Amino acid sequence: METQPGPRQPAHGPWGRGGGAAGNGHTHEPSLALHIEDLTVSYGYRPVLWDIDLDIPPGVLGAVVGPNGAGKSTLIKAVLGMVPIAAGHIYVFGRPHREQLHRIGYVPQRTSVDWDFPTTALDVVTMGLYGQLGWIRRPGRRERQKAWEALEQVGMEGYADRQISQLSGGQQQRVFLARALVQDADLYLMDEPMAGVDATTERHIIELLKDLRTRGKTVLVVHHDLQTVPQYFDWLVLLNVRIVAQGPMDQVYTLENLRRTYGGQISLLQDLPGGPGQAGQDRPAQQADAREE
Amino acid sequence: MAGLWELFTDFTVRNAVMGAVLLGILSGVLGTFAVLREQSLLGDALSHAALPGICIGFLIAGGRQLLPLMLGALAAGAVAALLVLLLTQHSRLKPDASVGAVLSTFFAVGTVLLTYIQNRQLPGQAGLDSFLFGQAAAILPSDLWVMAAVTAVGLGLVALFWKEFKLVTFDPGFARSLGWRVPVLEALLTSMIALAVVVGLQMVGVVLMVAMIIAPAAAARQWARRLETMVALAAVFGAISGTAGTLVSLLRPGLATGPLIVLAATGVVLVSLLAAPQRGLLWQRVQQRRTRAAIARGQVLVDLLQLARAHGDEGFATEQGMLDAVYGADAHPALRQLEREGLVKPLPPQHGKGTQWHLTPKGQAEARRLLDEGEE
Repeated sequence: METQPGPRQPAHGPWGRGGGAAGNGHTHEPSLALHIEDLTVSYGYRPVLWDIDLDIPPGVLGAVVGPNGAGKSTLIKAVLGMVPIAAGHIYVFGRPHREQLHRIGYVPQRTSVDWDFPTTALDVVTMGLYGQLGWIRRPGRRERQKAWEALEQVGMEGYADRQISQLSGGQQQRVFLARALVQDADLYLMDEPMAGVDATTERHIIELLKDLRTRGKTVLVVHHDLQTVPQYFDWLVLLNVRIVAQGPMDQVYTLENLRRTYGGQISLLQDLPGGPGQAGQDRPAQQADAREE
Repeated sequence: MAGLWELFTDFTVRNAVMGAVLLGILSGVLGTFAVLREQSLLGDALSHAALPGICIGFLIAGGRQLLPLMLGALAAGAVAALLVLLLTQHSRLKPDASVGAVLSTFFAVGTVLLTYIQNRQLPGQAGLDSFLFGQAAAILPSDLWVMAAVTAVGLGLVALFWKEFKLVTFDPGFARSLGWRVPVLEALLTSMIALAVVVGLQMVGVVLMVAMIIAPAAAARQWARRLETMVALAAVFGAISGTAGTLVSLLRPGLATGPLIVLAATGVVLVSLLAAPQRGLLWQRVQQRRTRAAIARGQVLVDLLQLARAHGDEGFATEQGMLDAVYGADAHPALRQLEREGLVKPLPPQHGKGTQWHLTPKGQAEARRLLDEGEE
């Protein structure tokens, strides 16, 4: 039973599809960190996500890759219940996603907030605990201690009292990361956490992500740099409104799949490795999707 | 002097000042959230929309009791806010155009109703037009109780939902990801702006009320580094402007209170925009000059070294005229600064020549260090 008859369905073996996942479309797949069935999201009349079926096993460090307007951010927001769903179901660790929001940590795009807001880095990190605190209760010493430890993890403890408007872009990004860390979630969804940060910060962030994976967390990251995708991640979701391919990095990261994802923007991909094991490129094809808008 | 003392003990004055303080505190606190959420214009729509509400409240109640007028204003504000929302979501109007359309339409309806009431010579309508620009002297003790109750409700809600309001204002997306009902919280914040408007009806009037939402918060933003401080400062600024405007309007009977309060608030904003540390224009100017002076200092030092090296002696003196030619007015202060640091020394002016400067041994070392740094 094929659940995705779309023309862009990858021809060769996406992970698990047609095998174990097929035939039991009504179970909630408790063995999966994230399980999405037939998800469609549209803004107005324009479909942003079309008939998405997605399975993310626990413990992977996955990348969501695709051109601009592919619906990468929308996919994350749909899982977090932030956008209305036209059709479909989303399960997180086997239960409907809206019941599981406390198990999801979220790193929004850095540019989604006004950093001129009058507050400190430590205070922003403390906001990650607001969900656990529940209504009305204020954060106290224990919460500030946790936030401080998260700042230490991202190497920002020296900036705890700094105005957030005075932080650099990379530092702001690390504050957002620390805010997600204090959520102590099981599934982390991150929207371009490495956009606009310097090389040192990027290395620091990817080490943190790998550390999360080591601790058994599941991490799904919207990423824009095709060049670094195979180095950083072990799972890949190729998205362009529909799912083009998904699965372990070494099976999915092929030139053929990338070409189908990016369509007319093939020229951007010519310098990329045709498959796994062909590292060492001279020109990075970074921000392939940053050129459209 | 005796006149001023009488003023403070006067019954009317006490009422008016207490009203002004209440209004200043509430509009300052709620205005902080409106300004940070970039929703100040919605406050303008809510206050202009209050006018038809006041008139309808008057017609229904048959008199000028504050409570029915306030309820009318609140209801009209709610309808206006809803209309803005509907227009933005379901028409092609942009938010600013929607706010403008609703604001002017409601105000027009209000003006028509007001004229109707005045022409009918209905009993008790005298002074209803003071709701346009505010009249502090018209405040009664019973009005104060109503204003105090509304202020208490507003402040209580902010205290209760402090953490929620803060996160929804800073990062509504993240708040949603926590499963919070963000639209409900946002609606609550917006309704509270309507509360502030209602409290300001008699003091400031509907036309200028938006200034009481924006001005104290905008001034406070200049000084504050935390949301707590900003809210507190905005309350203080609001109370001070309210009191100042009210006192002036009572000293000069016939002057509407609203414009005077708004002028006082504008004064606070101007001082804050100019003088606040870090964000103030003066501070930034001073900072710019410091940076410029520091750059000129370093460049003059390195130039002196290179000019001297051209003569084969790092202690060789250079005429100030050469530096003036390059750095203009910056040269002299830079040299004075370097002299104070003991890095350069002037030679006594010789016949036919201007002042000459040479590097001290300490200055030569510092210049070499800067030069090496620059080459790296």
